[in-house]
Amino acid sequence: MWDWNYTWEILPQLLKVVPITIAATLSAFIFACALGAPLAMAKQSKNKWLSLPVSAIADFIRKTPLIIQLFVLVFVLPTSIGLTLSPFVAGMIGLGIHYSTYLSEVYRSGIEAVPKGQWEASTALNFTKTNTWLRIILPQSIPPTIPVMGNYLITMFKETPTLSAITLVELLMTAKTLGSSSFKYVEALTLVGLIFLVLSYPSALLVRALERRMQAREGSAAIK
Amino acid sequence: MDLFSLELLPPLLSGLKVTLLITMYSTLVALALSFVAGFARLSRFRVISGTAAVYVELFRGTSLLVQLFWMYFALPILLDIRIPAMTAAVIAIGLNYGAYGSEVVRSTIAAVPKGQVEASIALNFTPFQRMKNIILPQAWAMMLPSFGNLQIELLKGTSLVYLITLTDLTYQGMMLRTYDISQTTAIFTWILILYYAAATLLTYVIRLAERKAAVGRG
Amino acid sequence: MSQNIKNFSAEPIVRYRNVTKVFDQRVVLKRLDLDIMPGEKIALIGPSGSGKTTIARLLMTLEQPTSGTIEVNGELLWHMQHKGKLITANEKHLHRMRSSIGMVFQHFNLFPHMTILRNVMEALVHVRKIPKPQAQQRALELLQQVGLQDHIKKYPAQLSGGQKQRVAIARALVMEPKILLFDEVTSALDPELVGEVLDVIKGIAEKKDTAMLLITHEMDFAREIADRILFTDGGVIVEQGTPEQIFENPQSPRLQAFLTRFLKERQYGLASETAAAGAE
Repeated sequence: MWDWNYTWEILPQLLKVVPITIAATLSAFIFACALGAPLAMAKQSKNKWLSLPVSAIADFIRKTPLIIQLFVLVFVLPTSIGLTLSPFVAGMIGLGIHYSTYLSEVYRSGIEAVPKGQWEASTALNFTKTNTWLRIILPQSIPPTIPVMGNYLITMFKETPTLSAITLVELLMTAKTLGSSSFKYVEALTLVGLIFLVLSYPSALLVRALERRMQAREGSAAIK
Repeated sequence: MDLFSLELLPPLLSGLKVTLLITMYSTLVALALSFVAGFARLSRFRVISGTAAVYVELFRGTSLLVQLFWMYFALPILLDIRIPAMTAAVIAIGLNYGAYGSEVVRSTIAAVPKGQVEASIALNFTPFQRMKNIILPQAWAMMLPSFGNLQIELLKGTSLVYLITLTDLTYQGMMLRTYDISQTTAIFTWILILYYAAATLLTYVIRLAERKAAVGRG
Repeated sequence: MSQNIKNFSAEPIVRYRNVTKVFDQRVVLKRLDLDIMPGEKIALIGPSGSGKTTIARLLMTLEQPTSGTIEVNGELLWHMQHKGKLITANEKHLHRMRSSIGMVFQHFNLFPHMTILRNVMEALVHVRKIPKPQAQQRALELLQQVGLQDHIKKYPAQLSGGQKQRVAIARALVMEPKILLFDEVTSALDPELVGEVLDVIKGIAEKKDTAMLLITHEMDFAREIADRILFTDGGVIVEQGTPEQIFENPQSPRLQAFLTRFLKERQYGLASETAAAGAE
């Protein structure tokens, strides 16, 4: 059944790939955050020639599986444009592009949540467009999106096993290699599950606490 | 240009059939679990709500692919039984999305205004009737948009079953590629189109249901 | 006036005895004793937070008393006999007891997913188990009575506040309760819609021998339809009597202060309305 000796033997090998897994998550998240902003703006643009195609592409990316998009990056790009990416870079770009479409929606909802009166008041006070964005709109729209962004960070972390399909040596890949060489899948795969749980659950609790604090603040602001 | 070469279609369509089948079975499992666990979490009895909470956190806290591998590679060793890949896939995907779905059920039921419960008490409905006739129809209308999003995520999630040897759309594409690597671009173009079409169709069906459930609001 | 010659039978239909309700260590109702006679129309007035609403919510079984007993038709509402001991009532007991009580809420609480007609029919069909055709007939009669026969296919969201509240009244009335509770039913309405709702309630008060407990801030209305007025403050009934006694000859300083404040507010309200009209 469960082999404790074997468990202790493989645990360090699994823990060794935790940093690369987290590095892949964080770099993909930063990429997604950066790409999400222009995406949100393009989708909101009054110019239909920009907003419609960008919205369609974003919708297409959201509705097709990440694993296929990763395969496109590593199998199609080399043959079509002669660009070969390392598994890590391909994983970062693929995961990043996929989730940028989700994050662009978060940005949009954050901006839309700012009441119209705030724009009107800014106009009435004769703020420039830049100042309106920087001093009035963004300071109000960013805080409520932080918990949502946190949730997406955790979701992306849990998506990293998919990167094993393009041979990135992350947690699941390592566990599978260990498992197939010893036929002791139970220990390796259970450990991977536990590592994910230990890292993601406290983060999720943190995000929820943040969310509650945010709501409480909104509530008290409403009473004032 | 053979980008849309039609001879690729028959094997890909047979893969799509498997994908849709897994989607359907997993959706049924996930939907059932969403309601069971969602109601369980609202239970007054700590044992029931606690058990449901552990299930939800466990499956939301780990990764779908890890769960899929665990069901397919680890569980058979642990129980010393054979679990067909299809069964493992449906159970893992169903359990995973059921955990997310139960949060939707729990939060929408909790979001039905308190006055609705009070009015149904004042009209002397039984607790069961209150849930069935008053609370659930209103919560259901709120559930559908979230269920729609989860349905798309579930469809996309089924692409991972290729990694446990099921012959779904992704698998068929990868097989075709081993026969003729020069077709790579065409194969992936078709796969993306087919997934997109399936997702769009599912979105459309759920929109219809949403419209039906939204009568009277707004 | 008609209410003065009404002859109430000796047995009260509702009897609060020594009822106390505590929320989060805050006593909202203190040792309440109150009898309601069959067919009696009682108005509850008093400042907000004085425990008025709690009195109605306890009777509708929306809140459980912290201590004390409530009897309806001579039977305990919140308690029942079990192996010779008095225990908290179970859902089955409450279900049986509730059939003589109805309530209209401040925020209507209409079912948004049902048409007006179904809102009124739903409980007749599922609680009273009346066959659908008869239930529909009854519902239509009631909707006609509140003047909404032309809106039966609409959904609550398509109605004005006053219309919604009239539907809610029909919905409660169709169940033929022996006692009907009105919890500040005009407080959530725009001022110009208050009249139509009060008129409907007046009509019911004149025609039906249903006992009514009205929690209200509409003093003229209370005066017009109530047999008895209770003034509550700080969780106790400070003073009670006929409308004449309460409004013409208030005894307690607290009631006097309340009525003076109310009169002032009304004058101020009228003044500000005139000002607003002038500004237009």
